[in-house]
Amino acid sequence: MIELSKKYVVLSEAISEEFGDKLKLLKDASIELGYSVMADDLIECCRILHDNDAFGFDMLMDVSGVDYLSYGRNEWETLSATSTGFSRGISKTDGSFAGDVIAETEYKPINRFAVVYHLLSVTNNYRLRLKVFCESDERPVADSVTGVWASADWYEREVFDLYGIIFRGHPDLRRILTDYGFIGHPFRKDFPLIGNVEMRYDSEKGRVVYQPVTIEPRTLVPKTIRDDNRYEPDLKDS
Amino acid sequence: MPEIQNFTMNFGPQHPAAHGVLRLVLEMDGEVIHRADPHIGLLHRATEKLAESKPFNQSIGYMDRLDYVSMMCNEHGYVLALEKLLDVTPPIRAQYIRTMFDEITRILNHLLWLGCHGLDVGAMTMFLYCFREREDLMDCYEAVSGTRMHATYYRPGGVFRDLPEQMPKYQRSAHRSDKDLGLMNEDRSGSLLDFIDAFTGRFPGCVDDYETLLTDNRIWKQRTVNIGVVSPERAKQLGFSGPMLRGSGVVWDIRKTEPYEVYDQVDFDIPVGVNGDCYDRYLVRMEEMRQSNEIIKQCVTWLRKNPGPVVLDDHKIVPPSRIEMKDDMESLIHHFKLFTEGYCVPEGEAYAAIEHPKGEFACYVISDGANKPYRVKVRAPGFAHIAAMNEMVVGHMLADVVSVIGTQDIVFGEIDR
Repeated sequence: MIELSKKYVVLSEAISEEFGDKLKLLKDASIELGYSVMADDLIECCRILHDNDAFGFDMLMDVSGVDYLSYGRNEWETLSATSTGFSRGISKTDGSFAGDVIAETEYKPINRFAVVYHLLSVTNNYRLRLKVFCESDERPVADSVTGVWASADWYEREVFDLYGIIFRGHPDLRRILTDYGFIGHPFRKDFPLIGNVEMRYDSEKGRVVYQPVTIEPRTLVPKTIRDDNRYEPDLKDS
Repeated sequence: MPEIQNFTMNFGPQHPAAHGVLRLVLEMDGEVIHRADPHIGLLHRATEKLAESKPFNQSIGYMDRLDYVSMMCNEHGYVLALEKLLDVTPPIRAQYIRTMFDEITRILNHLLWLGCHGLDVGAMTMFLYCFREREDLMDCYEAVSGTRMHATYYRPGGVFRDLPEQMPKYQRSAHRSDKDLGLMNEDRSGSLLDFIDAFTGRFPGCVDDYETLLTDNRIWKQRTVNIGVVSPERAKQLGFSGPMLRGSGVVWDIRKTEPYEVYDQVDFDIPVGVNGDCYDRYLVRMEEMRQSNEIIKQCVTWLRKNPGPVVLDDHKIVPPSRIEMKDDMESLIHHFKLFTEGYCVPEGEAYAAIEHPKGEFACYVISDGANKPYRVKVRAPGFAHIAAMNEMVVGHMLADVVSVIGTQDIVFGEIDR
């Protein structure tokens, strides 16, 4: 069982004293210290974490979007697999393996999109994870932290591009990684891996054209979750 | 009198100094830059999405292809994140091997940076010298993994195999005389460690050679001193890391502050700049090469004395050897399960950062308990650096853009992912 080192125990105590209920400890914070924060409190908490010398989080190292649509969901039900034979688990016609109901996570209320911030304090040598869930699943919005850390600018553009999360107050929210004129948000779990369009050179028209993809989705290894007690803390060291 | 107006210029994506596929839209007033807008993503391959569709081990090879001039360091970030989630620690010999290859990779990366930076600014000889030394290090990659670049050598729980006892030799050929052949094979008569040892012996002299060409060179200084100055406060705001941060005078190196592998066992120094300009960052990287060389030396000495396993004996994660697999039923089952389904990683999330040659490279892995990662986010150091391009070049001349691209050590494999 991994336990937090001493400096992080000190940090977590300081955080619970300063923020109280605003920051909630994430479930698996034993590997790394992390908190979830309500969307409304994000900017305020970030400001304090940045400005207060006890925390001194002067750097934002990473911003990452997460889509929890198919979290914890098997592509291949192994419990019933023996009676149905060992097929590849996913039929080609059934492309919607992401499911249409959002999977259960430990977070309540259940929201589909989250933004994860990784903070670093160079002065105190701390790292911290902040997770904020976007309230709406159809039109996910989060507050931009560009005012606190300038490095958030491009990271938020990336999350917007890949997940379609809109950052309120961002100075220049454009697509960044995908093609000019791209439609959709490719890292969402319901966006197919093969994409929706492909491009080729059309010699008759004399230009590059887009057309629907002609390849079929293929799963070589289905996703399976094993109920595995090897990682249970009390069994691990025996 | 003609009317003078600002004009917009397109730099790249096919410009030789754009280091790959950077498209920079520059708003210029004469030769002075008013605004720089980098357009990236021309090399976007959705590595992170691909990783979500594969068992954990199959993505290690993709990591090589992120920053394709520091391959093993990328693997290291990913593998460390998995080891955190699995709660395993590789054997000590594997840790030394990883440390040694991380530093070999650092020299590989800095040599390419130096060669290209020099070439961009007009010092063509640098490129040729740097590639001469890179060749030897690539041979080390080849000896240990079979490939010269995309090694896929690190595994969760250790490394793929132990260092070879025999360094491969050049063969007799119609294109070279026996005398040349003898010279080329001079250091290759022993093991890989002997070869690396010989390299570390001559490499400081090579760095001296590079420095005589550049450090006091008038043209080099004119092109780099006071170009792209970043203050320590701004560098932190902009999320800089690695030599870009240290060049601005911030003392921060993950190898010292959060030691991973055996960096707390080896002795080395962290060079830090003063002015935060291109010249200081150049000096920082040159010194880093010397320090890496020292670390490699210490690793070679340790590795010679301490044989042992290089990967964990846990066959739930690491496949058994071929011999075991052939005559032991349980090993065969392990082999079959690992290569068809892979291993399941316990539910959780981990962010593992390493001191990559370019800065902080990190993998943020979320697992929902399946045999594939639920989400992999690669934190590429170059992404934050190029985001600051506008700030670094505004007010400079067009030619200085090239110096700034060089000093940022841009590689599009990692920025676009």
